[in-house]
Amino acid sequence: MELLYASCVGVLVFCGVFLILRSRTFPVVLGLTMLSYGVNLFLFSSGRLSLNSAAVLGYSEVYADPLPQAFVLTAIVIGFAMTAFVVILAIRGRADLGNDHVNGQVPENKKKGKV
Amino acid sequence: MSQHLTSLPILLPMLAGVILLMPPCGKNKAIRRFSSVALSFITFLISLALLLKVQANGIQVYAIGDWSAPFGIVLVADPLSTLLVCLSSLLGAVCTLYASAGDDEKGSFFHPLVQFLILGVNGAFLTGDAFNLFVFFEVLLIASYALLMHGGDKKNTRAALQYVIMNLVGSAVFLVALGILYGVLGTLNMADMAQKVTYLQGDDVYLAKIGGLLLLVVFALKGALLPLHLWLPNTYATAMPVVAALFAIMTKVGVYSMMRVYTLIFGEEAGELTHMAQSWLWWLALATITMGAIGVLASQDLRKLVSNLVIVSIGTLVALVAVQTVEASSAAIYYLVHSTLVTAALYILADLIGHQRGKVADRITAGTPVSQPMLLGSCFVIAAVAVIGMPPLSGFIGKVWLLQATLETEYNFVFWPLYLLASLAVLFAVAKAGSTVFWHHQAKISEQRVAERAKQERVHPAQLAALIILVASAPLMSIFAGPLSEYAIGAATQLHDFNNNIKTILPGGQ
Repeated sequence: MELLYASCVGVLVFCGVFLILRSRTFPVVLGLTMLSYGVNLFLFSSGRLSLNSAAVLGYSEVYADPLPQAFVLTAIVIGFAMTAFVVILAIRGRADLGNDHVNGQVPENKKKGKV
Repeated sequence: MSQHLTSLPILLPMLAGVILLMPPCGKNKAIRRFSSVALSFITFLISLALLLKVQANGIQVYAIGDWSAPFGIVLVADPLSTLLVCLSSLLGAVCTLYASAGDDEKGSFFHPLVQFLILGVNGAFLTGDAFNLFVFFEVLLIASYALLMHGGDKKNTRAALQYVIMNLVGSAVFLVALGILYGVLGTLNMADMAQKVTYLQGDDVYLAKIGGLLLLVVFALKGALLPLHLWLPNTYATAMPVVAALFAIMTKVGVYSMMRVYTLIFGEEAGELTHMAQSWLWWLALATITMGAIGVLASQDLRKLVSNLVIVSIGTLVALVAVQTVEASSAAIYYLVHSTLVTAALYILADLIGHQRGKVADRITAGTPVSQPMLLGSCFVIAAVAVIGMPPLSGFIGKVWLLQATLETEYNFVFWPLYLLASLAVLFAVAKAGSTVFWHHQAKISEQRVAERAKQERVHPAQLAALIILVASAPLMSIFAGPLSEYAIGAATQLHDFNNNIKTILPGGQ
């Protein structure tokens, strides 16, 4: 389980970082979302991974650490709000700047080739 | 009531933000402005009351919901954090006052957003829990994103987009760091972390080190330390100047967190991890000062100039944090208050000068003369003398103090020349900017037109009051340098007093 979990986090973070380094806003926003998924999973695992253990007293023999679960919940809520904001901002940027590049302008070499 | 005083600098701005959204404040401009300014000043007074209480009774620990540390979240009001809470509340009040002259109508929800920003900043200063610090960072960041867009144009959107993306990545790194530290230490209460770091063994030491250094990346991003400082000049120079003046406190939140984490948690008593960030902080700080000074020399307009001055001041502060002696920390505390107020004053001056010069705005070239040269000129001279660090104003005291504090360090032969050369660069650039803006005029404009414009564009009384409060802080900080420096030394001693911190914050701590 540890291997599967760790590779999941790794792949998500890898994809996230790759997409964030792209020049258009849509991949960047997707990348941020993926990165935050990866980070949330990672944060969840900081309370150690265990099966069939409850976070509330009196429901099972073994207990899971409830604190990381609370952290993840908070992080998800905050991440959700931030993603919503950055989507709106990207749309506004598309309208204001006339293109969807993070730098606000299309690089010279791409202009000639594609348009 | 008085036991809840510690939580009020956080609760009050939150309530104020909600009140300002509801009728009658939401509908009526005059009522909204008045109540916003009044509520901000009340927050400031409450912070002062907290300061006096901390002075009289020592550290105040407030367990939220009465869940005691390390299980619940605690707010810790010690001399350092209350001083900074006072500073941020004052800055919030002054900026609200300034914006009430008309800047608040250029976009929507200016006043509630300022209150939420102050809520986040005060919370970040007061909290004693690392995850709670993350939450308050996010609160202040989301308010700052919206404020950055306030009354903005196209350039502004671009800067805001980059700022938001940078900070979202920063938040992700922050969470990873907290996850690692929680996994190793089993707690995120700062005092408890400090206690547990001492007993780490084997591989856990390296994990904790990774976590601690990832935190350094986050704080360096928020505080605009060298490799991560590139967002700052663009962001601050495109934001509305009053918003930029308010943001002067935000970089200081990063520096404050560095002080807390690397003095309390990874400080004297951290076992194998003692002073682990020191070598990084020191060299990065020196590089930041250099880059800031180069930026100051290259700036084309006043707002960019002030933004680069912010970078120089951050470099100076971080160098002092890296020294980690009581004297350096007390110099840092004095310098932090001074630099926040003076940069805010300079942003506001840049705005006023830009308005009165018409088309040239705040670019450092010959142009239309300002319509109130006496007022703006003398304010500019005071702020400039303070920011350069010439006697007799607060900058000079801060500078002498920090030079003295670094005298004993290992690398003072690097720091002294570098810092003094940077000061020379600042002196040169600010003097050139001032003389160009105030004395070099285009010859074409007739006397009559100048007189006409002078009638139209006078400084609004609210703006004047805000400007005077900020500019007066420089001479006041130098007149009351005695009590202030005593306070700073007290706060720094408190910050470095490991055992006392732990004993007060944790019930039953050793």
